[in-house]
Amino acid sequence: MNVLVYLIPISLILGGLALVGFFWALKTRQFDDPDGDSQRILTKDYDDKPKP
Amino acid sequence: MAQSVSGSHSPTQNALFLALPGIHCGGCISAVERALHAEPGVISARVNLTLKRASIEVAPGIQAHQMIDALARAGYEAQELDGAALSATDTDKRGKALLMRLAVAGFAMMNVMLLSVAVWSGAAEATRDMFHWVSGAIALPTIAFSAQPFFVNAWSALRVRRLNMDVPISLAIILAAGMSVYETSMGGEHAYFDAALSLTFFLLAGRYLDHRTRSVARSAAEELTALEVPRTLDENGEAVAVADLSVGSRIKVLPGARLPVDGVIVSGNSELDRSLLTGESQPVAGGPETPVSAGEVNLTGPLIVRVTAAGQDTSLRRMANLVAIAESGRNRYTSLADKAAQIYAPLVHTLAFVAFVGWFWASGDARLSINIAVAVLIITCPCALGLAVPAVATAASGRLFRAGMLVKNATAMERLAEVDTVIFDKTGTLTMGAPELENLHDHAESDIAVARALADGSGHPLAVALAREAGKAGIQPADVTDIAEVPGQGVKGLLDGKAVYLGRPGWVGAVPSEVTATYLKIGKGAPVAFTFCDALRPGAGETVATLSARGLDVVLLSGDVSGAVADVAERVGISAWEAQMLPEDKAARVAILSGSGRKVLMVGDGLNDTAALASAHASISPASALEAARVVSDMVLLGNSLTPVAQALSVSKSATRRIKENFAIAAMYNAVAIPLALAGFATPLFAALAMSASSISVSLNALRLGPK
Repeated sequence: MNVLVYLIPISLILGGLALVGFFWALKTRQFDDPDGDSQRILTKDYDDKPKP
Repeated sequence: MAQSVSGSHSPTQNALFLALPGIHCGGCISAVERALHAEPGVISARVNLTLKRASIEVAPGIQAHQMIDALARAGYEAQELDGAALSATDTDKRGKALLMRLAVAGFAMMNVMLLSVAVWSGAAEATRDMFHWVSGAIALPTIAFSAQPFFVNAWSALRVRRLNMDVPISLAIILAAGMSVYETSMGGEHAYFDAALSLTFFLLAGRYLDHRTRSVARSAAEELTALEVPRTLDENGEAVAVADLSVGSRIKVLPGARLPVDGVIVSGNSELDRSLLTGESQPVAGGPETPVSAGEVNLTGPLIVRVTAAGQDTSLRRMANLVAIAESGRNRYTSLADKAAQIYAPLVHTLAFVAFVGWFWASGDARLSINIAVAVLIITCPCALGLAVPAVATAASGRLFRAGMLVKNATAMERLAEVDTVIFDKTGTLTMGAPELENLHDHAESDIAVARALADGSGHPLAVALAREAGKAGIQPADVTDIAEVPGQGVKGLLDGKAVYLGRPGWVGAVPSEVTATYLKIGKGAPVAFTFCDALRPGAGETVATLSARGLDVVLLSGDVSGAVADVAERVGISAWEAQMLPEDKAARVAILSGSGRKVLMVGDGLNDTAALASAHASISPASALEAARVVSDMVLLGNSLTPVAQALSVSKSATRRIKENFAIAAMYNAVAIPLALAGFATPLFAALAMSASSISVSLNALRLGPK
């Protein structure tokens, strides 16, 4: 059972990484327009340069 | 009409927000953004498809109506949104903070659940204790952070010696966590860390959904004053502040301006547009001695007005007071969730207390008794109840939003479901509020050409409609010279040396007809009439038919004259109608109906409807309505069509049914689980199962309302 000494911290760190990732996505406003973003990727308007 | 009035009041600002009810795909995003970028003065424009909204950064001085016109040319319907109210929700700190707490709780819950699985599947002795300690190390800081909203609410309720839903919630979370720490330190078998966390998580989810629906709702009652003009002109054309006017002062009102005070015309002739105040579709003539009231628009000639009432005494202000009184009545509505909480909170405490006392009396073991009381608290805790209403409200308002309707008030859906009588306003609600020429093809082309030439010289609504229709038919204006507008009467000019007139029947020597009309007289010839009707709003007929078919009483109340009201009532198929209603009459009619136990839905757009809108059980106004009317309404139609009204009624009915079903599901789970918990059979595993199962089934039931 000594393996738990590693496994529990590892699982916590991996989960924590996902949590930090979620905070980052929230901060950079990636949930403001989910419908629009899914459509925008298909239009050719900004193929050459990203929207300013 | 209402739109242009409210639009002219938008302040100079650099950010504009438009609602775009018609967009639905990536092509629309590109087209709208391209159309907006092509406009001069636009710095940047970005469409949000989820919210169906465009935010535009513009150079100072650019007005929203220019953007709306540009989008109309591109084929998209747009409405201006209140920038100040939106930026308040945009930097929505509370919403983000809730989401943050929810994410932390979710993360901790999953980790602790995994650790608990090991305990449930038989970990014992030292391993179990270690797992409990690790769980506690995760759970305690998480609870301290994530459950704060509940603690704060519970504390503020307890401080004023009241009970709310958050009191049993906080108690359950704190007791569960505290009890688990104690049990763990004693090497006990049951720890409820996972239950405390999943309680926090599910309830926060409900709280977050609730917050999202509410943040769309805006506070009412402040914008009526925006209509009042702060400055006006005195007799000599000098600007004066309206606040400085007193009874007896004289002011000058130019064509196109809105009257700031109640008064009597001293000199000048003109026509006055009263449609926003009274619902009259036709402008009325005004000359010396005609009384006028604040809010009317002067159409054709300059007027000198003697003030009879200013400031607090004007009819506009009295109307605002009427609205404020009516509003306070509606705020007393108790929602289903509140009713449930009133029964629920005392019941839970009693049950937990009874469990403790009962077990202590029977066994004399305080630790066991507290354990069982905590289990009862956890199992009865209103996870499902907390989700039952917000999940349904989110699904239902999302569905209405896609149909083109904005739900502004949190309890609007429940109130709408109870409606059994629908009252429509006429001008601007059932009709578009703009005249439309009826009998263009009855006239000779030469007559129309003369009429168009004269109509081009006036800003009167009938003249504008006539010129537009003639232009559509491709008829060029005749060569009329010396065109002059005679205020309050019409337009005259010269055609090949003959005098030509377009205007009121009395002025051109015609017999006035029943319907709205303007008359053309060429030389000595007999006058011919151009008749107008008020175009129906799209979907008006179908909506009335659908509502009647569902057994609702449909009533038409209008401030307009009987002839016009009867005509519209017949065209849309309403048998019960009443004309020449004053704003107070409409509100009084709503009050009488409410008094006799009817639940009234008011659909209206004018200032004369605001009191009725505010006092009705539920209210809807079109986006073209005056700001004041939109502010007091529960729901706003974003598109031009009336059809979402019928849909809103059916969606609200099924939403209320879902809410009740959800309460039934939650009650059923409790009916099974509470006796088991009281009997002491509840284990942490059992609590976790009951809690998750009821929360998930309630959410799934709410989602059945989803997109269709």
